[in-house]
Amino acid sequence: MDTSPPQPPSPAERGAAPEGAREVNQPRRVGVPVLTAPPRDYTYDGTFEGLLTVLFTVYDWRAAPSSIQPEATAQTGLFAQPAHRETNEAQAARVWDGLLKTMDREARARLYHVFLSEDAGRELLIFRYVDLALRMARDISENYASADVRRIQRLAQQLFREKHRMEAFVRFEKTQDELFHATIEPDMDVLPLIAAHFTKRYADQRWLIYDRRRHYGLYYDLTRTDVVQFEPAAGQKATDISATVLDEREPLFRLLWQTYFDHVNIPERKNLKLHRRHMPLRYWRYLSEKQPREQRFVSIDNKRPPTDANLRPE
Amino acid sequence: MNERIQEKLSILADAAKYDASCSSSGGKRKNENKGLGNSEGMGICHSYTEDGRCVSLLKILLTNHCIFDCAYCVSRRSNDVKRAAFTVDEVVDLTINFYRRNYIEGLFLSSGIFSSPDYTMERLVRIAKKLRTEHKFNGYIHVKTIPGASEELIQEAGLYADRLSVNIELPSELALTTLAPEKNYQEILTPMAQIRDGIIQNKEEKALFKKVPAFATAGQSTQLIVGASTETDLQIIKLTDSLYQGYGLKRVYYSGYIPVTDDARLPQVTQPPVIREHRLYQTDWLMRFYGFQADEILDPAHPHLDLEIDPKLAWALRNRHVFPVDVNTAEYEMILRIPGVGTRSAKRIVAARRFATLNLETLRQLGVVLKRAKFFLTCQGEHQPIIGELSEQQVRRQILFGAGSVRSALVTQQLDLFAQAS
Ligand code: SF4
Repeated sequence: MDTSPPQPPSPAERGAAPEGAREVNQPRRVGVPVLTAPPRDYTYDGTFEGLLTVLFTVYDWRAAPSSIQPEATAQTGLFAQPAHRETNEAQAARVWDGLLKTMDREARARLYHVFLSEDAGRELLIFRYVDLALRMARDISENYASADVRRIQRLAQQLFREKHRMEAFVRFEKTQDELFHATIEPDMDVLPLIAAHFTKRYADQRWLIYDRRRHYGLYYDLTRTDVVQFEPAAGQKATDISATVLDEREPLFRLLWQTYFDHVNIPERKNLKLHRRHMPLRYWRYLSEKQPREQRFVSIDNKRPPTDANLRPE
Repeated sequence: MNERIQEKLSILADAAKYDASCSSSGGKRKNENKGLGNSEGMGICHSYTEDGRCVSLLKILLTNHCIFDCAYCVSRRSNDVKRAAFTVDEVVDLTINFYRRNYIEGLFLSSGIFSSPDYTMERLVRIAKKLRTEHKFNGYIHVKTIPGASEELIQEAGLYADRLSVNIELPSELALTTLAPEKNYQEILTPMAQIRDGIIQNKEEKALFKKVPAFATAGQSTQLIVGASTETDLQIIKLTDSLYQGYGLKRVYYSGYIPVTDDARLPQVTQPPVIREHRLYQTDWLMRFYGFQADEILDPAHPHLDLEIDPKLAWALRNRHVFPVDVNTAEYEMILRIPGVGTRSAKRIVAARRFATLNLETLRQLGVVLKRAKFFLTCQGEHQPIIGELSEQQVRRQILFGAGSVRSALVTQQLDLFAQAS
């Protein structure tokens, strides 16, 4: 891409050298603003566009961030007032588009995924990654020798796993007015990422997936999927809609699913550790197959000739 | 009615659960008709049983009535068990309603032989057809073909199913004649070849014409029961190899034999051979993704897999002369052969070394299991493995029992069991 001769590294390029490894001769990208102004604390509104606006400002002001925090939860220092940046769509878009000059779409999407991971240090991590990418003349996404690159990969992977889990663990309940409704409490903010999957899959039924921790949901109305906000009325939980008006066959299918789950199990191979590794305890709350049974489990016990007694209890 | 369907489901799920296959991957059915479901690419495990197996499909038999008498099978004619049969509509209704609630990826349907092979197969086909045509169902459908069913029905099944399978079950003809006297190898291999040819032909037609109906696009698979008969691991992996090479199978599943009867022709064991099954899967993996040949892993002098250590480590210990491998310069294929390096870390090693010289610390961060790998690799002189100076037994002991043993509780438990069983 960039064929101009390498520049001597400036102090602002700190962090560019992968630690734990001897550095291989690396060309440098020229024309990236050197961050000469004193570092600053930044705050933003907590949205991804807001963070991109901060990144724009960093290079505009040439002032590296010493912290970037959502305004609502910002810890302000005693002396320095943080610089608060209002989200500026145009600036955010410029940064987002500009990223493609230094990384491919996949790497760029990974930054958004890291943002959704809600990891405590995500803002500075994204800044450092972008800064490193700007200053290197080639794609850094496979530079596993850099701790920041590994961290980005790791968080993106964790997010992907959580997304995959939600695609698996959502359990819909059908209401009387034919809405398929599910509640989830994912560890990370994955709703934006699972929308496409569910829209493609359940094209012929209305559905709603509600993130109880983040108080918003996805609603598909047979035409399109939208983000919906809930303002829980006083004394009533936003998730209560399902409890009142379930479809009359809903309890049957829940029972049949539990029956199926119990009977595909092979007791001789019992391995609860493995079971829990795949399906950690914290997800059980919303899994209908992990809820208490109304009837006692009766093994089919086909290895011995069955008597009527073990097929029809009580 | 509800109680009846619940009872049927418990009997017919119970009878189907010994089939190891649960994969729902490789489907290519997009939801383009605004119907129900989508099965592109990667499968999803919607739940896990208490034995830690993936629950992805509604895996049931249409009926457990059977006119055959295979010794290893719960549903065999002479076994005095509770029988049940679903109707076509019941299976369709269950599948659709489970799918709508995001319980499953689709249906895995097989059956005992009721009345005749074609009578049974015709019903399996009817279920798949109904799901696809009347319900616009695009979820995954796996149909296990009935031994002895006609070519036409198998052909038709392939139009609606994403995957077809013919279970071999017993890994040798001899075992088949003793344990499943009504079956023969020809009846198993003929439909396998038919499905293989159907898939090839379908691919060729697809290349020529745009609109060609799909035929079993997720391929075919089979299952081998391990431990119900006396085959060696070498015989089993040779068979597997020929199935991958000769019949183009997508997957071969291994099912550790679980004692379901006290038939005198069967070994009397109390526990399924879980570790042996696990080692066979590892071997299968090495052949499919690590470039190993069957005869590199086992040979007539070593016809059984080592239960204590995984087959890749066993290979490395026998081939100490090719180590140590330098991670900074070696070919990807060689790096893959280092014990403790998986496909992901091997790819990362090859990518990361373009940026920097790798040392032990970076390898650890890339996910390499150094406990094992350190004996077999070097990083441009920074780390000198002592592989040359140690005997096979010494390395083995250090890896198995050295600081932080890699021997899992499962292995220990199983080895104890094996000591008793064999
Ligand atoms: S044909 Fe199938 S169902 Fe019937 S006894 Fe043999 S293995 Fe069992």
